[in-house]
Amino acid sequence: MAAELHVALVAADREVWSGEATLVVARTTSGDIGVMPGHQPLLGVLESGPVTIRTPEGGTVVAAVHGGFISFADNKLSLLAEIAELSDEIDVQHAEQELARAKAEDDTEAQRRADVRLRAATAGR
Amino acid sequence: MGAQLRVYKRRIRSVTATKKITKAMEMIAASRVVKAQRKVAASTPYARELTRAVTAVGTGSNTQHPLTTEAENPTRAAVLLLTSDRGLAGAFNSNAIKAAEQLTERLEREGKQVVTYIVGRRGLAHYNFRERKVAESFTGFTDEPSYADAKKVAAPLIEAIGNETADGGVDELHIVYTEFVSMMTQTAIDSRMLPLRLEEVVEETSTKGEILPLYDFEPSAEDVLDALLPRYVESRIYNALLQSAASKHAATRRAMKSATDNAGELINTLSRLANAARQAEITQEISEIVGGASALADATAGSDN
Repeated sequence: MAAELHVALVAADREVWSGEATLVVARTTSGDIGVMPGHQPLLGVLESGPVTIRTPEGGTVVAAVHGGFISFADNKLSLLAEIAELSDEIDVQHAEQELARAKAEDDTEAQRRADVRLRAATAGR
Repeated sequence: MGAQLRVYKRRIRSVTATKKITKAMEMIAASRVVKAQRKVAASTPYARELTRAVTAVGTGSNTQHPLTTEAENPTRAAVLLLTSDRGLAGAFNSNAIKAAEQLTERLEREGKQVVTYIVGRRGLAHYNFRERKVAESFTGFTDEPSYADAKKVAAPLIEAIGNETADGGVDELHIVYTEFVSMMTQTAIDSRMLPLRLEEVVEETSTKGEILPLYDFEPSAEDVLDALLPRYVESRIYNALLQSAASKHAATRRAMKSATDNAGELINTLSRLANAARQAEITQEISEIVGGASALADATAGSDN
């Protein structure tokens, strides 16, 4: 069993992050799922939420993922999302403003997006 | 300055101005092609992974889904035509429109009613002028389409395919767009997006002869397919939009290059004509002077006698 798995986090218009990892935790529609090297082939639907990738050097990469899929086979994991952002790309202040605005306007979609961003940003700290 | 010479000079000036404009447009288009190509390349990983996933579900499970099964008696088909908002691109738009019309004709011959969806002002104007019915149209983003635009285009199509044919739904979904083959070649092509031909998708992905593993589906194969197929359609439309944009810029570049070349040629011809006119003017002036002088000499010689 290999000790590492290759992760590709891909958004619709760019490749957000790719590299080796020892553990990936993501939220599917039926609950959180952790994938380690040698996991059985898997294809699942992702919920909006933060995805945590643990790198072999001991660091963690957190990304906000808005809907999408997780697929794992041959020690290659792909995370597909329409929109995906790394936690350090997220502008916390801007996200907070968005959240306040979305709450005021009762825009549940925007509120959810802003909420996911904020959660990912705080988890990445 | 003679009247004729003045007319030539004026025309040269105007053609030179036009040449400057077309040259600038050519260079702008050239830089945009590169940008658009980069966007096509950036969207490839997502499309590739998504196609892989669709193939995995399609081949790895025996799920029947309305989007993958063909209707026994297809009666209505949707055609999505991708054109550009602006012209000045040679035959780019007319080629795409022609391809769409051929496809429509073929579908109608097969006894299917065709519902048309259009992206781009050019295609819309063509259909409106001929008073043909357009189910829905989208304009304003063809130069630089974003994924959100693709979603906007895909939404009514996915809804139409999900509906029963009797309530205004469609059985098939076709797309006509301009494929970016290279800087010099762009071809208008049509392809059937839905129902999915899994064999084709499999062929596209498994060129390396790899065998797809048996996947575990989370939560279930049906749910995954349900979520996957709309995304697949969106990503296909996004890719087609990007290719169309790249093709449009390449076509503009070529059209503007030939306009610049033609302007240069016209300037050459006009300057030759202007030179000839100037020379003719000088010759005439000389012969007038000579004629006048000899007439004067004749007159004085006559008075001496």
